Amino acid sequence: MAGQITDEIIEYVGILAKLELSEEEKEQAKQDMEKMLDYIGQLNTLDTEGVEPMSHVFPIQNVFREDIVTNPDGSEEILSNAPAKKDRSFMVPKTVE
Amino acid sequence: MSKQYETVIGLEVHVELATKTKIFCSCSTEFGGLPNAHTCPVCTGMPGSLPVLNKKVVEYAVAVGLATNCTINQYCKFDRKNYFYPDNPQNYQISQLYLPICQNGSIEIETTLGKKKIGIHEIHMEEDAGKLIHDEWEDCSLVDFNRSGVPLIEIVSEPDMRSAEEVIAYLDKLRLIIQYLGASDCKLQEGSMRADINLSVREIGTEKYGTRTEMKNLNSFKAITRAIEGERARQIELIEEGKAVVQETRRWDDNKEYSYAMRSKEDAKDYRYFPEPDLAPIDISNEWIQQIKEKQPELRDEKRLRYQKEYDIPEYDINILTSSKKLADIFENTIALCQKPKEVSNWLMVETMRLLKEEEKDPEDISFSPINLSKLIKLIETGVINRTVAKEVFEVIFREDIDPETYVEENGLKTVNDEGMLYRVVEEIIKANPQSVNDYYSGKTKALGFLVGQTMKQMKGKVDPGKVNKILLELLGREE
Amino acid sequence: MELMGLTAVELGKKIQAGEVKVKEALDAAYKQIEKVEGTIHSFVTIEKEEAYQCANKVQQLIDTKKLTSILSGVPVAIKDNMCTKGLRTTCSSKILENFVPSYTAEAVKNLEKAGAIIIGKTNMDEFAMGSTTETSFYGITKNPWNTAHVPGGSSGGSCTAVAAEECSFALGSDTGGSIRQPSSFCGVTGIKPTYGTISRYGLIAYGSSLDQIGPIAKDVTDCAVILETISSYDPKDSTSIKRESYHFTSALKDSVKGMRIGIPRDYFTDGLEEEVKESILQVADILKEKGAIVEEFDLSLVEYAIPAYYIIASAEASSNLARFDGVKYGYRTKEYEGLHNMYKKTRSEGFGAEVKRRIMLGSFVLSSGYYDAYYLKALRTKALIKQAFDKAFQSFDVILAPASPTTAPLIGESLNDPIKMYLGDIYTVAVNLAGLPGITVPCGLDKKGLPIGVQFLGDCFMEEKIIRAAYTFEQTKKYIRCPICEKGGNQHE
Repeated sequence: MAGQITDEIIEYVGILAKLELSEEEKEQAKQDMEKMLDYIGQLNTLDTEGVEPMSHVFPIQNVFREDIVTNPDGSEEILSNAPAKKDRSFMVPKTVE
Repeated sequence: MSKQYETVIGLEVHVELATKTKIFCSCSTEFGGLPNAHTCPVCTGMPGSLPVLNKKVVEYAVAVGLATNCTINQYCKFDRKNYFYPDNPQNYQISQLYLPICQNGSIEIETTLGKKKIGIHEIHMEEDAGKLIHDEWEDCSLVDFNRSGVPLIEIVSEPDMRSAEEVIAYLDKLRLIIQYLGASDCKLQEGSMRADINLSVREIGTEKYGTRTEMKNLNSFKAITRAIEGERARQIELIEEGKAVVQETRRWDDNKEYSYAMRSKEDAKDYRYFPEPDLAPIDISNEWIQQIKEKQPELRDEKRLRYQKEYDIPEYDINILTSSKKLADIFENTIALCQKPKEVSNWLMVETMRLLKEEEKDPEDISFSPINLSKLIKLIETGVINRTVAKEVFEVIFREDIDPETYVEENGLKTVNDEGMLYRVVEEIIKANPQSVNDYYSGKTKALGFLVGQTMKQMKGKVDPGKVNKILLELLGREE
Repeated sequence: MELMGLTAVELGKKIQAGEVKVKEALDAAYKQIEKVEGTIHSFVTIEKEEAYQCANKVQQLIDTKKLTSILSGVPVAIKDNMCTKGLRTTCSSKILENFVPSYTAEAVKNLEKAGAIIIGKTNMDEFAMGSTTETSFYGITKNPWNTAHVPGGSSGGSCTAVAAEECSFALGSDTGGSIRQPSSFCGVTGIKPTYGTISRYGLIAYGSSLDQIGPIAKDVTDCAVILETISSYDPKDSTSIKRESYHFTSALKDSVKGMRIGIPRDYFTDGLEEEVKESILQVADILKEKGAIVEEFDLSLVEYAIPAYYIIASAEASSNLARFDGVKYGYRTKEYEGLHNMYKKTRSEGFGAEVKRRIMLGSFVLSSGYYDAYYLKALRTKALIKQAFDKAFQSFDVILAPASPTTAPLIGESLNDPIKMYLGDIYTVAVNLAGLPGITVPCGLDKKGLPIGVQFLGDCFMEEKIIRAAYTFEQTKKYIRCPICEKGGNQHE
């Protein structure tokens, strides 16, 4: 399956994952991902026809909370780790042009 | 002859549910408050925090599903929708893709063209994002997570609408259903109901849909109408020029009456949905659905029929009275207190509507209580005040919800019943207005109205104009 | 008296009896830390001031008989992926360099309620991704048995802190073997309980459907006591399970008579080091002598566990780690142009190579067009693996397995070949996929003098059985103290 991972895929996944890789890292990532996909491709030898995908291992259902307000004003603690803040809010680069 | 085009519209409507707490944490959903006052580790995506589902959200979603004729997926799950944006604290939104709570519904709308069924593809539950405020001074944006985690349902229609009129009829119908259920106040302006429009055009007679665009940021019916017209024209123009419509999300700017593509190379639109591992699936039993059904209040269409049967009021009035759950509630609650349907209807239809219009408010904003309106009606009925005074008193009730009995007492507004005094005043008025008296005798009946008015003025309105009229006729007759 | 040489229960009893003061226990822990920490580096953060204040309070409560837990006053180290209010929590990552949580993880809270004293946060593979504790931003942790070797991972620091007697016990977390494998490499005991037994609230997620917290200590008794203390049904964790009983200590019985123990043939193949194999088979013989019925069987699907695990764990991780973006907490890059550049630079500078590798893989397997082929396929495989275990547990009470195919590798040996490193998880990951409990107990040393661990695996909610088997085996062996504790610091290969 060599050549499965193209530069475009690495670029694209970088956008999805918000990771900026140097040329060197990209090359490495390509190789790593190729190898990894080759390896996990082993699963294709397993017949899973008709098997329900299992996301939760135990059949727990209906875990609910009642609709009652119990949380106090949490702003001080919530903002205490912010890299940049202003007016009780998190400060980020401008999101509109 | 130029080609004829048909507009094909589907809607994605987000509705903020009227729960007290957020969907996955016990923070308040209350509007306002200082930035980030209603936040906790869960709704700000702190490391290690975990979501726990608010039961009420499921109940509201099922109720809306039932009211819109949907099939309830009795086994449903949450999925994560992954995308980066600062108002999305975890950089994923907990939503439903693979097994939404409701599917395959429909509602009936009515337009000038008659009745039509609009299909509902699905309804799913999800969490709202925080709010971004753009700071002009520092060229940055500020994130407030108070709205982050407020429960939403997204109602996805089939592409069944063909005009702005149908879209508005559909939205109005949805709004009424949801308001009647008490599941949301559905205010377009405040964002508790938001509609994204998927629109494409095709030549009339073609089977295949054209390429659609998605339009966001529409916060009034006017904006929706303008955006639909604008987008239709834009797409037709592209097609006529031989260009392709690009499938994209556009943002409507209602001031400029133009939409802009929200494109970015950093926006891959690949949400990598997968089952949310932190939440257990939901199993909605038949019993639970039954319970929700039983709790379901009377919806608008049922209410209209009942009003027709129970009250002797015109259909036009019934339509208006039931056009808002709030209005209908006040109507019914006031009748329960005074047993005067027609009278109550009149106060709501005329004075209330006039005042709402004057103050640019919605029926949802009405704040007076039925008990005060019923007291006012009794004051008129028993002749304690006359209608002129009553209108003044009602304005105060409308604005401040005062008790009319006390108010009338304290402000000396009771009708004067001293007949001797009334005769004296009318005599004075006749003497002081010989011209009008002459006019009256020469057949100008309008002059009588003037004299009544002058008497009312003299009495500061605290008399029954009918009685004044009678006395005037009597005295003028005697003069004759 | 060598306080740190005692087990947590032994020390706790002395504290309850008034023979040892809480402060003395703390002094002993910090003294040992001073001695060995420079050599092995178990901790990311050592907390003294708060610990001594806490010790004072706890001592008063013990003196007034208000605190009677056997763990009261006992020094504990916490893996640095569990939130501790007011105490920096880094996940051994640069991206959380200065993160001070506003709340404490539920499991840690349960320990605090019992009066255990937190002395620090232990080193780990960054975000628990790794099997060597070499991927930490704060430097590697070394195996106290031989500092040329890795301690295993990802809970490496917790295991070395216990082995080197810097604390009486520690908490670790296990997503694919992160408690059991380093416990085996460091000659200590560790339990990964059934998924849902210990609240994950406050555990910084790696693979949410796989992560479980668990105890690491010198022996099975300690582990059972700690497990009993930290387990609870937690309404804040929707995957938490209300169990009928949390009395894990009642399983501490020296008896395996009639217990059916299965040895999966497919675990004892080429990849397994001969010395490890022999050691594990000896355990089987010992248990047989003690009355257990030991049989070989075919578990099947063994080779599919690792690929399924890496797809699921990486996919969940790519989403779980999206929140580290420089907006709400942690590191933000110094210079950037616009939002997306800020995101990208922050994350690229803040995460290490292994974390980025897994985020990339996870994002890829979930991306449009690949989801069915990889992610859904892995979830189907997981279902089959669970079925295979269900079938095995119809015939057996306990499955006996190695914890790792080898003893601790040399530092630097694993990282340049990730696939080879992933293959080392062959005996541990299936347990996480199926949500099962597992315990690792030391069972010998190889020729190099490195510890070998044996794993007992049980069916869901059957901790009682694996604890009993492990305890029974343990009674036949003497705890071998890590040489660094005898010789002191600066010990080299």
